[in-house]
Amino acid sequence: MTTLQAVESPFLTYPGAQRPSRHRWVDSYGVNIAVCEWGPADGPPLFLVHGGSDFAGTFDVFAPMLASAGWRVISWDHRGHGDSDYAPLYSWDADVRDALSVLDSTTPDPVPVVAHSKGGGMMLQLAEALPMRMSKIVIIDGLPSPEPHPDVSDHEQRRFTRKNLEDWLDHRRSAASTFRKPGTIEELAKRRKRMNPRLSDEWLRYLVTIGARRDADGWRWKLDPAIRFGGFGPWRPDWSLERLRNLRAPLLGLTATVEEEMGWGTNHRALLPYLPPAARLIPFEDTGHFIHIEHPRRVADLVLEFLE
Amino acid sequence: MTIFLAHNRVKLALHHLRQGEGRPLLHLHALGEHSPDHVPADIETWPGPVFALDFTGHGASTVPGGGGYTAEVLMGDADAALQMLGSATIIGRGLGAYIALLIAAGRPEQVRGAILCDGAGLVGGGDEPGPLVVRGVPGKATAPDPFALVELASDLRPPEYVVRFAEIAAEHAGFPQPIAVAARARPDWLKAVVAHPGVAVEPLDAALARFAAI
Repeated sequence: MTTLQAVESPFLTYPGAQRPSRHRWVDSYGVNIAVCEWGPADGPPLFLVHGGSDFAGTFDVFAPMLASAGWRVISWDHRGHGDSDYAPLYSWDADVRDALSVLDSTTPDPVPVVAHSKGGGMMLQLAEALPMRMSKIVIIDGLPSPEPHPDVSDHEQRRFTRKNLEDWLDHRRSAASTFRKPGTIEELAKRRKRMNPRLSDEWLRYLVTIGARRDADGWRWKLDPAIRFGGFGPWRPDWSLERLRNLRAPLLGLTATVEEEMGWGTNHRALLPYLPPAARLIPFEDTGHFIHIEHPRRVADLVLEFLE
Repeated sequence: MTIFLAHNRVKLALHHLRQGEGRPLLHLHALGEHSPDHVPADIETWPGPVFALDFTGHGASTVPGGGGYTAEVLMGDADAALQMLGSATIIGRGLGAYIALLIAAGRPEQVRGAILCDGAGLVGGGDEPGPLVVRGVPGKATAPDPFALVELASDLRPPEYVVRFAEIAAEHAGFPQPIAVAARARPDWLKAVVAHPGVAVEPLDAALARFAAI
C-alpha cells in the first residue's frame, strides 16, 4: 500500500521551515496520494489537512512546531494537488474518501485532526460519517458559512447563471490540452500573491519551490489545470451549518477577520448558534485566511494546549 | 462505427448508430447501462442520424480509478459529444434524462430539444443529504464502474437547484418548451421541472416529431 520515496532537498530556505522527514505513497482506489510526515515516527499521530488549491508543503513552518512537541505530524496532497496524481475525476466525496485512505494507512484509532479551509469542511464530513475516528478537531478558517466557499469548485455553489455553466463547460473542453504557464520563481510567487495578498514575498517564493516543478522552460505550479474555482453544485451551505451540532469530537475553531479572495468569510458571531456543545471559537484580529501562516507560533500553542 | 472523444483525461465512446441527413439525435443511456447496439424501436421515427454516448465509467468509455463522479461532470461528457456533433436533439433515459436537462441549460443554442425518459438513475439521491457515508468500492473497476453506480445513484437533486437548469434552457433555447418529459416517474426534482412553463409533458413520439420540425 505504501512505499518510501526519496526526500528532495529544497531550492530555497525560509526561517523556521523544514521539509517533512518522511514521504510515502498511499493508493486510494487507484489514485496515488503523496503523504508526508514530520516528527518522531513513533509519536502519536496528528493529521494536518490543507485547503483547496494548496498542498501539504504549506505546513512547512507550522508542522515542525507541532512535531517538536512530540507529535508524529502527517499531511498529504489532495488528488490533483502537489505531488499526488492528477485524477480523471474530482469531487468533494472523492477528496473525503482519499482522506480516509490516508488515515487508514496510518492507524485505525481515533486521531486529532487540524484542517484549514476546504480541508475543514472535508474533516467535518468525515467526522460525521466515522465519528469514532477523530478524537479532536481544529478548524482553521474552514467552518461552514452561509455563503458559498470560493475554494470549493463544485460542491456548494448553487446560484448559477447561463454564463457560469458555459464557462465551466468551456473549461472542461480545454482542460485536456491546458498547461500551466511557465515562469520564474518570482513570477509564480507574484501570481500567487494576487490570491493570497497577505502572505510575504519570501514565503511565497519558498512555496513555489515545493508547489511548483521546474521544467526546461521554467517553473509551473503542480496543481492540475483541470481544477478550477467557480463551479456549481447542489450542496447548500446551511446543510453543513445545521449538521455542525452533531459533531461528537471536541472542536476548536479559529476564524479570520480580514476578507481575502480565498477566504471563507466566516462570521464567527453568525456561527455561534450552530456550534456543538463545548466547542471553542477564537477569532484572530487583523488576520487573513491563512491564520497558521500569519501566526504559526500562536496557532501551534493553541493547538498543543487543546490537544493536551 | 464508434468515435472516441476526449473529456479531460477520459476517453468517451460516441457510437454512430444510424447514418442520415439533418440534425442528429443523441442518445444518453441510463445509470449502469451503456449505449444500445442499434437504434431502439421507440426512437426509430427520428428522421436524421442517431448517435449514442457512453458516459464516463460506462460501456466503451474510460473507467477511471478512484471515483469522483458527479452529474455535473457527466454534463461535460454530453458537451464533448455536442462539440463533435454541432447541435443535436437529445433523448436521455434515467440518469441520462437528468444529464439531458443539465446540458440543455449548459448549451441552450446547441441542444435542440431534450427528451427526458424513464430509466435507472432517474430518481437520484433526493432533495437533501441523509446520513453522510464515505464509500469505497473493492476490486478492479470495470464498466459499469461501481464508483459510478454508488456516487451517481445518490447525487443530490434539490428541486430549486434543478429547476434553474430548466429556466436557463427555456430562456435561451429560442423556441418554446425545449424540455419534453416523457418519463412517467416523478421524483421531487422532476415534479418541480414539469411545473415550469418551459417544459412540456408529452409522449416520446410527439416530442421527437416536435423537435425534428425545429
